[in-house]
Amino acid sequence: MSLFNIFNVAGSAMHAQSQRLNTVASNLANADSATSANGTPYKAKQVVFAATPVGENGATGVQVAGVIDDPSPMKTVYDPKNPLADAKGYVTMPNVNVVEEMVNMISASRSYQSNVEMMNTTKTLLLKTLNIGQ
Amino acid sequence: MLDRLDETLNFHVQALRLRDQRQQVLASNIANADTPNYQARDLDFRASLQSALKGATASAGVKLAAPGPGHLNGTPGVAGAGLLYRTPSQGNVDGNTVDIDAERAAFSDNAIHYEFNLTRLNRQIQGLLAVIKG
Repeated sequence: MSLFNIFNVAGSAMHAQSQRLNTVASNLANADSATSANGTPYKAKQVVFAATPVGENGATGVQVAGVIDDPSPMKTVYDPKNPLADAKGYVTMPNVNVVEEMVNMISASRSYQSNVEMMNTTKTLLLKTLNIGQ
Repeated sequence: MLDRLDETLNFHVQALRLRDQRQQVLASNIANADTPNYQARDLDFRASLQSALKGATASAGVKLAAPGPGHLNGTPGVAGAGLLYRTPSQGNVDGNTVDIDAERAAFSDNAIHYEFNLTRLNRQIQGLLAVIKG
């Protein structure tokens, strides 16, 4: 039964999407963190998805291939009163694009929803298959 | 009599197996809607069903002798269920060819067809039972 495999496929996708949502939450929470434990400003994180085979006969799930630092340039804000300001009065701020993160969040939650619905449909089909010949 | 029974039920059994497999392929597509460079796949249901029926009737009721431990038992698998790549309707920057609306529509469509085959198979079994019980 390939239908059982759908649970694995949808499960892997849900896991990946929730990790993406987690990253978005972390980015949004730290959108204004000008410093961190190692003294540098927070860098936005992005997840990279990769297709991965699940079980036999051609099912493909999702895995998080890695979490990378966003390569976009850091923002600089002119604020001479800030203790973190450099000699010219500029403070380096995180490269979090709040609008982009919100879009990312909606996309992740919608994809998560699709996978939940997929699981529900599969469950209904399997339960009906169990009643075959009765 | 038994091979006649087998023949009666064969169509919906083969159709169910293919629907089952297609459901898994479509689930993989939906799960990978956000994976870069993922190529959406599907199977040609008509061609697969025809070749599966042909393969099944050719060996209906005949079991291959398998005297050695390494011999294949000759159960007719879902023959010719070759997976094809979907032609993308719109290009995507990240190389992903999943059209989520089309995939979800196909997923629901396939689920309903699966239920249809299940219902028909159930009716056939009930009909046979009515004949047997009198």
